[in-house]
Amino acid sequence: MSDVSLTVNGRKVSASVEDRTLLVHFLRENLGLTGTHVGCDTSQCGACVVHVDGKAVKSCTMLAAQASGSTVVTIEGLADGADLHPVQAAFKENHGLQCGFCTPGMIMSATDMINRHPQGLDEATVRAELEGNICRCTGYHNIVKAILAASEEMSKAGKGKAKKAA
Amino acid sequence: MYSVNYHRASSVADAAKLSKKGDAKFLSGGMTLIPAMKTRLAAPSDLVDLTYIAELKGITVSGKTVTIGGATTHAEVAANAKLKSVCPAICHLAAHIGDPHVRHRGTIGGSIANNDPAADYPAALLALSATIVTNKREISADKYFTGLFETALKEGEIVTGVTFTAPAKAGYSKFPNPASRYAMTGVFVAKGKDGVRVAVTGAGEDGVFRSKPIEAALAKKFDAAALEGVSVPSAGLMSDLHASAEYRANLVVVMAKRAVAAANA
Amino acid sequence: MGIEGIGARVARKEDKRFITGNGRYVDDMVVPGMKHAAFVRSPHAHAEIKKIDVSRAKAMPGVIDVLTGKELKADGIGNLICGWMIHSKDGTPMKMGAWSPLAFDRVRYVGDAVVIVVADTKGQARDAAEAVEVTYKEKKAVTEAVAALKKGAPQLHPEADSNLIYDWEIGDAKATDAAIASAAHVTTMKIVNNRLVPNAMEPRAALGHYDKGEDHYTCWTTSQNPHVARLVMSAFYNVAPENKLRVIAPDVGGGFGSKIFIYPEELVCLWASKKTGVPVKWVADRTESFLTDAHGRDHYSEVQMAFDKDNRITGFKVDTVANLGAYMSLFSSSVPTYLYATLLSGQYNIPAIHANVRAVYTNTAPVDAYRGAGRPEATYLVERTMETAARELGVSPAELRRKNFVTQFPHQTPVIMCYDAGDYAASLDAAMKEANYADFPARKAAAAKKGLLRGIGMSCYIEACGIAPSAAVGSLGAGVGLWESAEVRVNAVGTVEVLTGSHSHGQGHETTFAQLVSDRFGVPIDSVSIVHGDTDKVQMGMGTYGSRSGAVGMSAIVKALDKVEAKAKKIAAHLMEADEGDIVIENGALKVAGTDKTVPWFQMALAAYTAHNLPSGMEPGLKEGAFYDPSNFTFPAGCYICEVEIDPDTGVTKIIQFVAADDFGNVINPMIVEGQVHGGIAQGVGQALLEGAHYDASGQLLTASYMDYTMPRADDLPSFKVSTSNTPCPGNPLGIKGCGEAGAIGSPPAVINAITDALGIADLTMPATPQKVWAAAQAVKH
Repeated sequence: MSDVSLTVNGRKVSASVEDRTLLVHFLRENLGLTGTHVGCDTSQCGACVVHVDGKAVKSCTMLAAQASGSTVVTIEGLADGADLHPVQAAFKENHGLQCGFCTPGMIMSATDMINRHPQGLDEATVRAELEGNICRCTGYHNIVKAILAASEEMSKAGKGKAKKAA
Repeated sequence: MYSVNYHRASSVADAAKLSKKGDAKFLSGGMTLIPAMKTRLAAPSDLVDLTYIAELKGITVSGKTVTIGGATTHAEVAANAKLKSVCPAICHLAAHIGDPHVRHRGTIGGSIANNDPAADYPAALLALSATIVTNKREISADKYFTGLFETALKEGEIVTGVTFTAPAKAGYSKFPNPASRYAMTGVFVAKGKDGVRVAVTGAGEDGVFRSKPIEAALAKKFDAAALEGVSVPSAGLMSDLHASAEYRANLVVVMAKRAVAAANA
Repeated sequence: MGIEGIGARVARKEDKRFITGNGRYVDDMVVPGMKHAAFVRSPHAHAEIKKIDVSRAKAMPGVIDVLTGKELKADGIGNLICGWMIHSKDGTPMKMGAWSPLAFDRVRYVGDAVVIVVADTKGQARDAAEAVEVTYKEKKAVTEAVAALKKGAPQLHPEADSNLIYDWEIGDAKATDAAIASAAHVTTMKIVNNRLVPNAMEPRAALGHYDKGEDHYTCWTTSQNPHVARLVMSAFYNVAPENKLRVIAPDVGGGFGSKIFIYPEELVCLWASKKTGVPVKWVADRTESFLTDAHGRDHYSEVQMAFDKDNRITGFKVDTVANLGAYMSLFSSSVPTYLYATLLSGQYNIPAIHANVRAVYTNTAPVDAYRGAGRPEATYLVERTMETAARELGVSPAELRRKNFVTQFPHQTPVIMCYDAGDYAASLDAAMKEANYADFPARKAAAAKKGLLRGIGMSCYIEACGIAPSAAVGSLGAGVGLWESAEVRVNAVGTVEVLTGSHSHGQGHETTFAQLVSDRFGVPIDSVSIVHGDTDKVQMGMGTYGSRSGAVGMSAIVKALDKVEAKAKKIAAHLMEADEGDIVIENGALKVAGTDKTVPWFQMALAAYTAHNLPSGMEPGLKEGAFYDPSNFTFPAGCYICEVEIDPDTGVTKIIQFVAADDFGNVINPMIVEGQVHGGIAQGVGQALLEGAHYDASGQLLTASYMDYTMPRADDLPSFKVSTSNTPCPGNPLGIKGCGEAGAIGSPPAVINAITDALGIADLTMPATPQKVWAAAQAVKH
């Protein structure tokens, strides 16, 4: 057994878990955060993507013990209270989801992608960067549209903030 | 996944000590090992986590000499500005390993310790004539990669880093497997002080290898045009659902042309 | 239309929970005392079971019980069945082999379930499953349908000689043969339709809970049709009578057909729950899904299309062998027959058609409906053959199609279907314009200068949706009626609940169905809740598949809304002392037309429930139900154009543009409809370029994970150019045709027509992988 303690969505949590416990199972089963999904066994579908210490990772390919001491954000922790994160809002506005199963991973990946490209994104980059996330419903068309829209929105908001600060 | 005991090593010495337990395996990014454990294809009794060891991390560039710590992630290699200024090809390679999430976790040490025949780094290190540094010794890339998932590493030996001299020119081009996106054929070309070295990953039955016909052609002229009409034998190349040995032989030449074009760009 | 009514591009109501991680899928369900199941599955494609020893497994840590097929049979649990009877042309009924939910004497494909292990944790269940010792005696396997029919092939079921399930025909053989004999030109092709794995992103799952105190079962399952699941598990599998069995399909992460069927696992989990006294949950991993979800397609066909000297089609003859896998899945028999051969007329006037279909057992996963189900296979034959004919005849593919289009409606085809409305030329024109078809030669020349091969291909598809008139399908062998039910409850404060027998697993019913109510009563969609997916809440329904929820499900809602509206108007008329014929509903209020007299909707609803002042004799309350049985199929149709660029050095095919011009009749929410088309195209392009289930000769599935089965990813696809035109469907009150499957039906032939055009070759078997395309490009060069 491993004693793990992490900060998940701003809350400190500790538990004693079997060493073989994957981070995704720790989140889903120990913490009840079932928004993070498991869609494959080979670390390819990306339904399980969460942020660990600010970076998108596949929570199905990391032991909970490896993440001990880290700060984790899951889909449940992305919105600011009742206010949707701009990426969440863009997925809704642009019909970037259908069955919703890949959606949490898509949104967490998209958020990370936008953060890593503060200069903005184009369609080809978004499609290439989505290599680790599989969707069977949307044909990606509206996911790509949503991410481009969110990137635009966040860069505007970022500039707005900068101006305000100045 | 079968039951396993997890240990977090605080130093290389600590890791070496911990690895003496049972049938222990070192765990770096875990991007290959954990999926193998999940599908019960790998069953170590103990895992020794190397990713919290500070001395294994980081990239230093001193003149043309590059050193990359074993626990440095693909994302860190891809984004390192100093490295990009002396050897952009290896940054390009790292930027195309797996997907963004994999690049956040996967490490160069983990990749070459595992030596998956479809991994990207082995091609770079072999073509760059790199030296693999372990907690025990230094091993030249020529002697390090010994076969499919096989390396010169001995029990308890840890890849602490790799070092190489940045070549005058280098390029990498890969054709990913349409399903898995691992390299189905990846070719790294380097033109350095030892001449032209060309290494191929994803294609060989015994893992990464140097392509002599391509090296010979490029030694005459380091230009894609020099490869017109050059062919490589399909004997010794892998054949599977996605690519026959003949198709891979073609891809070796095509990817080599593109790698050279990238190197000259 | 109002801002939330019919035709409005309303953002989806259901999105909130999904984008915040609050969706509730089966694997998210936790019941007190719940334990976890793992299945022991056959590693062999074909073997006798000599012995099953569970003793070591039973002694493993955390194990509650380990149960076998013999125990299941002893408890009277029935075999899995196929619910659509097909008769061979000699009049004999189809040959259905026994399919025990847990195999006890023989296994017939890799993944066949043999034993269930129930343990405290999933990990322990898996550990113990590995400790179950099954002794097999291997037999020879056969995986290809044509080979399975050959003399000496391994035999799967004693019921089916030569592995032949049925030998069925449709149409007029004599007239078709005569047309071919007297034709000016005959195009002949051998066409393979590749086997696919549906791959809904949520793996199948089941949670069975037997309540001892109530003697009652609850099953949470990943189903597209929970009521059908309850009916079948009750009536055929003897789990429990319907009143003792509740089936819940909560949020379901995609289906595409694969979650229509009743699989062994949900049934066995329910039974095991009673047996062990604990709730039992099973969740498939992805490889289990690859091995055991019903696969799609897998046809081999030989076709001949006859033309007269004016290039008019005079006859179409089709001979198909369909691989149904190791067992007959729930609706498997209907897919290569009535869902397939009835569409072989395509968009064309064809005086004589004959199709012969042989369905065959092989040692592979069962094959059943997958997005399009039969219609993609028919469209692929028709549109590949038309393209080839145009090339052989030296005429433009568009003009050959145009010349043969059906233009008068209704149009009775020689293969049952009677097309009710359409304008095929309009879709063709729209697609060609959007694709800038006329300028293609210049683009091809420009690509050639860069050493790239450009090609363009089209596909004019038609499909039949809105399944289906119950009496009609009953006469064709269906075991169920294919109507739909709805109940509309107006609450005392005027909010509305709609209970529907349709099931949403991505289609957005919670929004589109609410738009319908909003359009009718002027209430905001936030005041409308759609209730579905629970047999305790909704009395009965047939579920969602075959693009039927708009045309059939919403028509049922319309019928119920009509009844609600009639009663509401009576109440309002009474309250305002007016004639009910003068009442109109506008902006959320009931008004006396031409006056300023008005009763807000909520006030009318309150009056219905206070019942202080209702018309004499009227019952209190405002709740109405309806069943809708369609009068005909609906016929969505359209034209797809695909333009590709091939790198001959690597064989990589890049889709430069993909244009879809569809006629779906009236559209409720264009945004959702476009999303359905995008997803369908991605699956169709996936079939054409990337996907293929591949068994080796011994029956091992080589493509059993995302390492080997190529799923379409974002960088495999372009953004699509989609548009719709509208010839309203005359057969249902909303004029809807259905849009869920069109993309997957119309796109594969467009892609392959484009690739063969680029390469200048006659055919290329799907999927057109880089390796295949490269080999073809080399062959052309040399």
